[in-house]
Amino acid sequence: MSPTGFLSQALAILAALVLAPLLMGWVNQWRAWFQNRRGPGLLQPYRTLNKLFVKESVVAETASPLFRAAPYVVFGCMALSCGIIPTLSTELPLSLAADAIALVGLFAVARVFISLAAMDIGTAFGSLGARREMLIGFLAEPALLTVFFTASLISGSTALTSIVESLAHREFAIYPSLAFAGLAFSFVSFAENARVPVDNPATHLELTMIHEALILEYSGRHLALIEWAAALKLFAYSCIGLALFFPWGIAKVQDPGALLYAVPVLVGKLAIGGFLLALIESVSAKMRIFRVPEFLATAFLLAVIGMLVHFLLGA
Amino acid sequence: MQNWLAVDWILVAIGGWLLTGALGIMALRHFAVVARVLFPLGSAVGLLLAAAAINGLMGTPEVVTLPIGLPQLPFHLRLDSLSAFFLLVIGGAGAGVSIFAAGYFRQGEGTPPGLLCLEYHLFLASMALVVLADDAYAFMVAWETMALSSFFLVTANHRVPEIRQAGFLYLLIAHIGAIAILLCFGVLQANTGDYTFANMREQSLSPFWASAAFLLAVLGFGAKAGMLPLHVWLPEAHPAAPSPVSALMSGVMLKTAIYGLLRVSFDLLHLQLGWWGVALLAIGLFTALYGVVFATVQTDMKRLLAYSSIENIGLLLAAIGLTLLFKSYGMAELAALALTACLYHVVSHAFFKSLLFVGTGAVLHATGERNLGHLGGLIRFMPWVAWLVLIGVFASSGLPPLSGFVSEWLLLQSFLFTPGLPNSFLNMLIPIVAAAIALIAALAGYTMVKFFGIIFLGQPRDGKLQHAHDGGGWEKAGMAWLAVWCIGLGLFPNFIIQLIDPVTTPLVGAGLGRKVAANGWWLLAPTSIERASYGPVFFFIGVVVAFLLAYGLVRVLYHGQLRRSAPWDCGYPWQTPRMQDTAEGFGQPIRQIFEPFFRLERHVPSPFDVAPRYHVSVTDHFWHRFYLPVARVVEFAAEKVGRLQQGRIAVYLLYSFLTLLFMLFLVQR
Repeated sequence: MSPTGFLSQALAILAALVLAPLLMGWVNQWRAWFQNRRGPGLLQPYRTLNKLFVKESVVAETASPLFRAAPYVVFGCMALSCGIIPTLSTELPLSLAADAIALVGLFAVARVFISLAAMDIGTAFGSLGARREMLIGFLAEPALLTVFFTASLISGSTALTSIVESLAHREFAIYPSLAFAGLAFSFVSFAENARVPVDNPATHLELTMIHEALILEYSGRHLALIEWAAALKLFAYSCIGLALFFPWGIAKVQDPGALLYAVPVLVGKLAIGGFLLALIESVSAKMRIFRVPEFLATAFLLAVIGMLVHFLLGA
Repeated sequence: MQNWLAVDWILVAIGGWLLTGALGIMALRHFAVVARVLFPLGSAVGLLLAAAAINGLMGTPEVVTLPIGLPQLPFHLRLDSLSAFFLLVIGGAGAGVSIFAAGYFRQGEGTPPGLLCLEYHLFLASMALVVLADDAYAFMVAWETMALSSFFLVTANHRVPEIRQAGFLYLLIAHIGAIAILLCFGVLQANTGDYTFANMREQSLSPFWASAAFLLAVLGFGAKAGMLPLHVWLPEAHPAAPSPVSALMSGVMLKTAIYGLLRVSFDLLHLQLGWWGVALLAIGLFTALYGVVFATVQTDMKRLLAYSSIENIGLLLAAIGLTLLFKSYGMAELAALALTACLYHVVSHAFFKSLLFVGTGAVLHATGERNLGHLGGLIRFMPWVAWLVLIGVFASSGLPPLSGFVSEWLLLQSFLFTPGLPNSFLNMLIPIVAAAIALIAALAGYTMVKFFGIIFLGQPRDGKLQHAHDGGGWEKAGMAWLAVWCIGLGLFPNFIIQLIDPVTTPLVGAGLGRKVAANGWWLLAPTSIERASYGPVFFFIGVVVAFLLAYGLVRVLYHGQLRRSAPWDCGYPWQTPRMQDTAEGFGQPIRQIFEPFFRLERHVPSPFDVAPRYHVSVTDHFWHRFYLPVARVVEFAAEKVGRLQQGRIAVYLLYSFLTLLFMLFLVQR
């Protein structure tokens, strides 16, 4: 492992850990502004995390060790995933160990763990949340994989770094297959990150909640880790989207100087992305849970169409 | 001893199993001897077999002729890399299941323990002989012994009518398959009258007859493997059998059918046609989707696993189909990739499915329940079993870094990088199949979360579960052996691919071994490192380090205080176990989304019912639309034919006389 590789790897993970709550705060701030509220400020997620870490954890008497291990596993998976995605640079030694398919597998590990933990206590909401989370997962996962497949068919590789390098080298034009894939990917991201058309991160309404139902029994540091992991997940998905569809500005291999300007470029792209996310969330209504499979099946089909289009048009 | 060949050691192992079985008859009712001595002995023999098989995998094919069988027709046996690979699976998985069985079989299975021991070891020995056989006669004898011994094992508890019924269904479909295989061999020998495989390899059949042989092989071996529409025996027979037997049948016996299909299509047939591959791919995908969708809605834990086996067999068939397709177009490298994915999944499924089945056995012993609706919360009463099963669940869901993911990853890679097929339609269609595989894998994850969550997590749904006890030492040891393989196969894929390399090289003309070895043991890159690579060990270390860092830093920077209290559940204090999701409830979304797959009978109570009862039953369309009509036709025909049967000797003599006259007339002409 070369020193620059190690450096950019460490920088990618650290940047993710630091920036993820900020992105969450940014989106929440914009949501508040769109709703004509003043908003809690950009740094609120950090304050919330700190508060939760300071508090003691209250764990149900019926909880098994799996329940207590799950937050750490989920957090570890999300942190690792941010080390695989080329956020700042394509020189990531870890990306050799895990390609796009393994990345989806990593997300699946986190999902399975949090669902199992939710079922562990044996409350009505927990198992309900687990079922809904797995429902979303089984549709979103193949859609996400298919998006990656399209990108990897274009670039001839399933390694994310190679995909990004080859996509960034293409001339600026609209590629129909990537357009379909991008649409599918945005659908999937909304579902996977519990954002508005699918789930509302700011509600605890029994009939509709998905993500919140999963984590109802968590408190203190466990909850903090899960919230941080959720922020990391949003960050990871945003970065995947940026890397696949707007790959410009990510530093190339053997170019440590480019890392310096990769950071502001990333922050800028994330700021625009976060604003758009808040905008879409604010103008759309949450759909009924029974509509969600339809929504995600659409995403899956769009991704498959993207792949077909790639073969039909060769672009 | 020094110049013993690998095949000699393998014959010793098979003899050891037969001897163990015979000793079981000596100690017919001495339960302690059978359980504590004979089953562990069988397990040791399994290890010997696996070791000899690894040895045989590296060597050249070895041929033996046993002086038993018919006059002029002795048993031809041949150990080549393909059979050695499957012997490794039989020995390795068989050893773990046998250790578990030592703790599992107790009094009251309905059959004396010694007899059970005989059937069990005969079953193992016949599976080993199936993959060794080198002529159609030896193959059919071993195949039938395998079917019959497993039939008697399935019906071990033969006093229960459902179990008897399940056994007969199994026997029927096994024999339909056996007839097809026999006909397939008949076609393969091409009128030479020589039924050795060596002769069949020499024949070059016309494309028509080759296709006929291939289709008969698909039908025959598909019936044993659980291919649609011949899958119906699996969900009946697996729950009926004692758990170690289900584990062997699902984990190992189904693989002998895969072996047979590979043997016929790549070794005995000299040519492969593209449309075979497409057809098998389509059948395999449909089988996989059908199996996994049915698995999600099951309420019996062993039925759920049986449907999951159908899914995995579907994936294996799809991988074989892809291999055939590549082979027919002469793309050896890609064919090797697809075949490696298939064989990797064979091993991986053998271990994780055996682990899951023996896990249900431990649960069944501890609770006496197979119904998911009466289980729950067992992780607190049987932690060992629960955590070991969790490993199997993760492997089965295809989650990294365990074994299921590696085979899924290889399979997806082989589907993704197919540009260059001369047929542009196929070129476009094959990557789409990768999307379908992704969907099936994700559904498998859903099923496995349901399986583990309902059985082991939550609150016990039945009062008696409080007294459930953890598995005994033998049971834990058997499960641990299988679980270690699930982890090892996941973390060190390159070693197994090195073992698969000598199998793929003679069959499709290429292997991944050298390519994979070039990158070191820690990185798996089947095509080239730029295209795709996966380093499970680093992946695993990454997750563990992140886990430990998070754990440690939280303790250091903050604190580790913890308070136990009642569950919060939005402040609702009267929470009961009945308020948890049931097995039906967990499967409900899938039932809704894939409604056309199921034949649903639902009874929903009206709002005014005094004692409302909700009832739903999910059954198989194939059963009602295919099997029952066929059964009615057969019954009708049997009734007509039955009229001939008068029961009077004079009438029968008349029949013989008329037949004789007819024959003479034929000869005369």
